[in-house]
Amino acid sequence: MNFLEQYNYWIVILLMMSGFYIVIAHGNLVKKLMGLTIFQTSVFILYISISKVIGGTAPILDDQYEVYTNPLPHVLILTAIVVGVATTALGLALAVRIKEAYGTVEEDVIQEKDLQQEGSTE
Amino acid sequence: MIQHLPILQVIIPLLAAPICFILREAKLVRWFVLLANIMAFVVSIMLLQQVNVHGTLVYTLGGWEAPIGIEYRIDELNAYLLILVTSISTVTLMAAGSSLNKEMKESKQTYFYIAYMLCLTGLLGILATGDAFNVFVFLEISSLASYTMIAMGNDRRSLWASYQYLIMGTIGATFILIGIGLMYMMTGTLNMHDLAERLVEVEQTKTVFTAFAFFLVGVCLKLALFPLHLWLPNAYAYAPSIATVFLAATATKVAIYILLRFIFSVYGFEFSFSHLPLTEILVSLGLVGIIAASIVAIYQTNVKRLFAYSSVSQIGYMILGLGIGNKTGLTATLLHLFNHALMKSAIFLALAGVVYRIGNVNIKNFAGLGRQMPWTMAAIVIGGLSLIGVPLTVGFVSKWYLVLALLENGWWPIAVLVLVGSLLAIAYIWRIVEVAYFKAPLQNNQSHKEAPPAILIPAWIFVIANFYFGIDTSFTAGLSERTAELLFGVVK
Repeated sequence: MNFLEQYNYWIVILLMMSGFYIVIAHGNLVKKLMGLTIFQTSVFILYISISKVIGGTAPILDDQYEVYTNPLPHVLILTAIVVGVATTALGLALAVRIKEAYGTVEEDVIQEKDLQQEGSTE
Repeated sequence: MIQHLPILQVIIPLLAAPICFILREAKLVRWFVLLANIMAFVVSIMLLQQVNVHGTLVYTLGGWEAPIGIEYRIDELNAYLLILVTSISTVTLMAAGSSLNKEMKESKQTYFYIAYMLCLTGLLGILATGDAFNVFVFLEISSLASYTMIAMGNDRRSLWASYQYLIMGTIGATFILIGIGLMYMMTGTLNMHDLAERLVEVEQTKTVFTAFAFFLVGVCLKLALFPLHLWLPNAYAYAPSIATVFLAATATKVAIYILLRFIFSVYGFEFSFSHLPLTEILVSLGLVGIIAASIVAIYQTNVKRLFAYSSVSQIGYMILGLGIGNKTGLTATLLHLFNHALMKSAIFLALAGVVYRIGNVNIKNFAGLGRQMPWTMAAIVIGGLSLIGVPLTVGFVSKWYLVLALLENGWWPIAVLVLVGSLLAIAYIWRIVEVAYFKAPLQNNQSHKEAPPAILIPAWIFVIANFYFGIDTSFTAGLSERTAELLFGVVK
């Protein structure tokens, strides 16, 4: 069945959309970052799926095998994982600083406090 | 040495960043960073000379030929933008010392300079590289560095602005990553030159359309095209003044470069404009951006945020020029890239001078500044006139080309709307002029002196550049026209 044959892409789409939804729908800054991580992870799986060659083995030269999985997307995604880790770390560090400065990590409370601050400086 | 110029352009700032860690002392770091920037600037000038003499330069990293290794490819378009980015970053750094001393503890300054150099590395890397995945990596380097710079602002709102930018910027970058992944899936290459050749064979597939769509949305998030601009105003308003100057003048321009490069050099004009309704999308979003952002700008009380919204509307002009889809329109976009960077760096540097003396940029505190800080305010007003598009300033040149391009297609109603955008710019510039020149100073603001020369001189370098390139357009307009021809020439 065509639908199940490409289940890996369905997983990618499911993860992508749930991550994206969490980023948009949740007001908690840490939860948002977790959503962002899930969103990025889905793209990693997309790249890994692309590289899979049916019947291929690990890309190590050997006389017995002729078909190899494409190693390039794996390497690319290693880079993207590092970037993702750096982004999450920076985001969490910002969340800590925001907690220190505002006393909360809830989006709506922060925006309310910002509005008050702008009102008082006018 | 000469043949290694393309990589030196990126490597110099990249290596300078960790050396700052070793130097530690902010006073030392400041001079070292300036020196590295001047070197990068010299390299970019030599690159343009090389391109003029030899045509497109191709540099293979580590000697690995293109499909296997990464290659850097410098043609007139990136040579032009490399000069723009390095020159602006160098002049901005001249003012950095005194402005940062006022806004930030000395212990934090070293980290600011490191982030600045990494951001510069990322931007130069995007411009120099000829590899699609490399674009993503450098984009993330520059973005992560700019989130850090923005979060170092004095106000706690800078943290929140930085966080919002981080979320949106990462979504944008991930979209770009998806787009690149899908392109790789269809073609099996990441080299832009190869991509351009192989995409033609598969250009009618849904995957390629999807790749283009993801890529376009991701880049438009990065360049703050109108409905995707929400991260920009607060990020510019609350970042340290020097970071605002640098980011406003370069970051969005480099994002526009990515867009141009992929639309023209990778996908090709034919695919982007004939198979997709790109003209309709870009022209309508550009126009809405010009009008809506200008109207919002009129109602701002924070002057930095006012000019941030003005940036959003100016990006609208660039996108509009691109959307027209003829050579004059593209020339207008390329000119406006350069010219808008000059205007905004003059204005934001002058605002850095205002922050230096007054501590904030609330429009209320501008009362009477026309007399107390005449040179600073004059810089802001001249930058403003350039935004409006008054003759003799650079703003006039790019708007002239934009209107010409619109009339070439016979779209005079849109040309009228562009002029309405200029009228709205008069409205927000006038608000500042009115407060600064026609109101008496506030009680507690009686005795402000002129901004220090360290900030004023770089600001005036940009102001003079505003006039110079407004009168003698041979360098900018000539280069833009040749670049536009080159980009359209790729189609043939």
